[in-house]
Amino acid sequence: MKAIIASTVFGVILMFTGLMVKEKRSVGTVAILLLALLLGVNIWELSAAGNQPQTYFNNMLRIDRYGLWFNTLMTGCTLLYAMLVNKDIQRVGAHVAEYFALICFILCGIYLLSSYSSMLMLFLGIEILSIPQYILAGSDKRNLKSSEASLKYLLMGSFSTGILLMGITLLYGATGTFNIIGFTFLQDDLLSPTALAGIIFLMIALGFKVSAAPMHMWTPDVYDGAPTPFTAFMATVVKAGIFVAFMKLFSVGFGALSNHWMLVLAIVTAATLLVGNITAVFQQSVKRMLAYSSIAQAGFMLFAILAVNATAWQGMIVYAVAYSVATIGLFAVLLKLKDYTYDGFNGLAKKQPLLAGVTAIFIFSLAGIPLTGGFMAKYMVLQAALEQGQLMWLVIFALLMAAVSAYYYFRVIIAMYFKQGNPELNSEVTGSDKLLLIVTGIIVLILGIAPQVVIAGI
Amino acid sequence: MILTLLILVPIVAGILSFLAKDSAKAVALISSIATLGLTAYISAASYSQPMAWSMPWIPRLGAQLSLYSDGMAAMLCLLTGIVMPVIFISNWNKEVENPGSFYGLMLLAQAGITGVFLAHDALLFYFFWELALIPVYFLCSIWGGEKRIPVTFKFFVYTFVGSLLMLSAIIFLALQNPGANAYGWDSIVSAGMSLDPVTQQWLFWLIFIAFAIKMPIFPFHTWQPDTYEQSPTSVTIILSALMVKMGLFSVIRWLLPVVPEGVAIWSNTIIILSIIGIIYASCIAIVQTDMKRLIAYSSIAHMGLMSAAAFSQTSTGMHGLMVQMFNHGINITGMWLIVSMIEQRWGTRDMTKLGGMAISAPKMAIAFVIISFANIGLPLTNGFVGEFMLFNGLFQSPSPYHITYMVLAGLGVILGAVYTLNMVQKTTYGNTVGMTIQKDLSVNEYVGLAVIIGIILMLGVYPKPLLDMTAAAAGVMMP
Repeated sequence: MKAIIASTVFGVILMFTGLMVKEKRSVGTVAILLLALLLGVNIWELSAAGNQPQTYFNNMLRIDRYGLWFNTLMTGCTLLYAMLVNKDIQRVGAHVAEYFALICFILCGIYLLSSYSSMLMLFLGIEILSIPQYILAGSDKRNLKSSEASLKYLLMGSFSTGILLMGITLLYGATGTFNIIGFTFLQDDLLSPTALAGIIFLMIALGFKVSAAPMHMWTPDVYDGAPTPFTAFMATVVKAGIFVAFMKLFSVGFGALSNHWMLVLAIVTAATLLVGNITAVFQQSVKRMLAYSSIAQAGFMLFAILAVNATAWQGMIVYAVAYSVATIGLFAVLLKLKDYTYDGFNGLAKKQPLLAGVTAIFIFSLAGIPLTGGFMAKYMVLQAALEQGQLMWLVIFALLMAAVSAYYYFRVIIAMYFKQGNPELNSEVTGSDKLLLIVTGIIVLILGIAPQVVIAGI
Repeated sequence: MILTLLILVPIVAGILSFLAKDSAKAVALISSIATLGLTAYISAASYSQPMAWSMPWIPRLGAQLSLYSDGMAAMLCLLTGIVMPVIFISNWNKEVENPGSFYGLMLLAQAGITGVFLAHDALLFYFFWELALIPVYFLCSIWGGEKRIPVTFKFFVYTFVGSLLMLSAIIFLALQNPGANAYGWDSIVSAGMSLDPVTQQWLFWLIFIAFAIKMPIFPFHTWQPDTYEQSPTSVTIILSALMVKMGLFSVIRWLLPVVPEGVAIWSNTIIILSIIGIIYASCIAIVQTDMKRLIAYSSIAHMGLMSAAAFSQTSTGMHGLMVQMFNHGINITGMWLIVSMIEQRWGTRDMTKLGGMAISAPKMAIAFVIISFANIGLPLTNGFVGEFMLFNGLFQSPSPYHITYMVLAGLGVILGAVYTLNMVQKTTYGNTVGMTIQKDLSVNEYVGLAVIIGIILMLGVYPKPLLDMTAAAAGVMMP
């Protein structure tokens, strides 16, 4: 609860900072300080929390240890993100303070999503998280592609919000409650068609938000069109937040009914993996490739939802952190380059060995090579799916798709290390950039060697 | 504890090499000689009793950092320990671009390969299995020949697909026996054995494909000739002498005991595939003119024989296989060294342009002839001992077709003599047309080849130490 309040207050403070402080650099510094403070608040709340969940607002929010730990990790990722791309955010447009304020509001949405127990809170969380994103996507106002991305996202997003509301309504009609813990009908043999329709509507709406196929159409255009620093945020922390909400709904709310929706979600997962990976192969721009790769990675995260067991909860948190950190790092490197195509990476290893080295670590992580966090993450969600028992076919399919993903990820490695070229940089790589990138790389490696650092906090 | 040193020393030395830049060569040589000393000690110690070491790693998953060295693992570590310094010594006077990274990656590859041989926990095994691949991928792609990028990429994707399939099998097996040591070798074996034959069969394929690609077994071999040809020779040695042994070793340790019923059902198929591989690769080898490609195909043929013996389910075959893994590693290292020396001196590997090496470089010619004899498996060389036992094992195999197998695989030896001797004849004898006189072996090359030939002759005459060392492992492995 403290974090929810703090994130809102800090957002407001940041907006006022924009009025009073004119210099962009100072705004950036204030934002980082506030995010660090927010991380402190999260840790404080986590350490004060007992094993019993706290409930607020008539049991509409139910803050448990898992949610708090997830919030802490995601805030940590956001802090890392803000430090890495701080200068790039300042370059996007005039309203730096607002951008950071919106990021704070998005975090508030994530905090709600990780601890809701009423579907109304789910709706609130999704909206608090989505609306700032529409603005951020269009923040580069003079760029037509950015405006297009924003409009597209707004229209499609509103549409999916409608579906979400419809689903919630149908479920309310079937059960008479908004509280997912109170869904007693799930134990009954009598499952009304209304409830089933509601579940499918919710699956579609949340699938849209996490860009699961066939609801993924908006993703490439929005991620490609939005200013790169914000794409980095939308594709990582935000997505992870929605995934936790998705998992909570389906495993706490509908877990007992899993035999009714599992096949549908399994097919959605297979389609997501197929579309994300196969389409990513044909991209020429690394930024667009990362957009498709985020679809592909979402396919793996869907495994955690399918599995409905304890390993899945652990796997989800490892996946969220490993994927977010590696992708944020990769975007930070991408932002340093002028040319976003694969050719833009040619010869990077010769010119900037350190930049190339950390990029290689991030790529290995996304491809799921051992010793990196990405491997452990994939490993745990797949293990969760195998524990579930009926999903061997999907696991093997996912592994084959992971092999396909190696193809497009390794093109970056090939460009950096084996091709000649003279990559142009946007800005000089400063000492602090290097330090932060090394730290990010080390986090990825630590997650790969000892994932218990993340699991232990649950 | 000493087992961890075997992995840690190359890793630390590898990192030092990256930093040392120009003196990386010396770092690599010192570290590889140090590991040779360690492996010698471990081999001596594992002679009578296996060594083991373990500590908890990821308790929630049930994975442990667990290393284990019986005769077979120690023997392969010894092979790694011998081959690495030989590579470094023979390359001593050869300049490579960016030596820091080159030697650093070589040492990291060594660490990964040693890890595969020692790992006694399935997850750890998978870790090292992949980690051995990454440095080799970089080595081939940066220092390889003209077509290196697509070729190495094919190699990478091939092996990666195989590994991922194996990963799903490993998770599946570990889930059968959840607990603090779910990934331990004993737990995986007991989990696998308790499964019904149908499950064992598809687990067999999931695991086997990974190993088959690495070995490589027909029809999973298509990456191999190109990769061997395009890689720099030092890396080709790592690939063919050490990494293919990873495949065979893993079959013996992680496949045969784990899914015995699956193996029983499919072993005939695998033997047939292996024999097809022997004959097919031998026939292609005969028409090659590029020496590297010829040796690459000859390696497929040899691996075919070893894999057939591995699935013959006899203890003689198994014992011969262990001996032959070592011998093949030594012999093929010698072959590649000679090829690299020829290429360095005359700038070509094309046999039609070579000839008369016996006149211009007699010492090298003698070495080449001896190593070629070992490659054919002539008596008094180490190759004979191994192949004899392999055939013996194949002949005793319980399959009703064992005589057919034996005859067809024996054809491989005859064809092997054809292409190997043909290569010797074309390069070593005949006229020195177009071949300028070049200097004979330099001191470091002499030392490298002397080690190889010394082992070839010693094990050819007196193979007992190697046989004793692996006897227990061969016996233990058999159901």
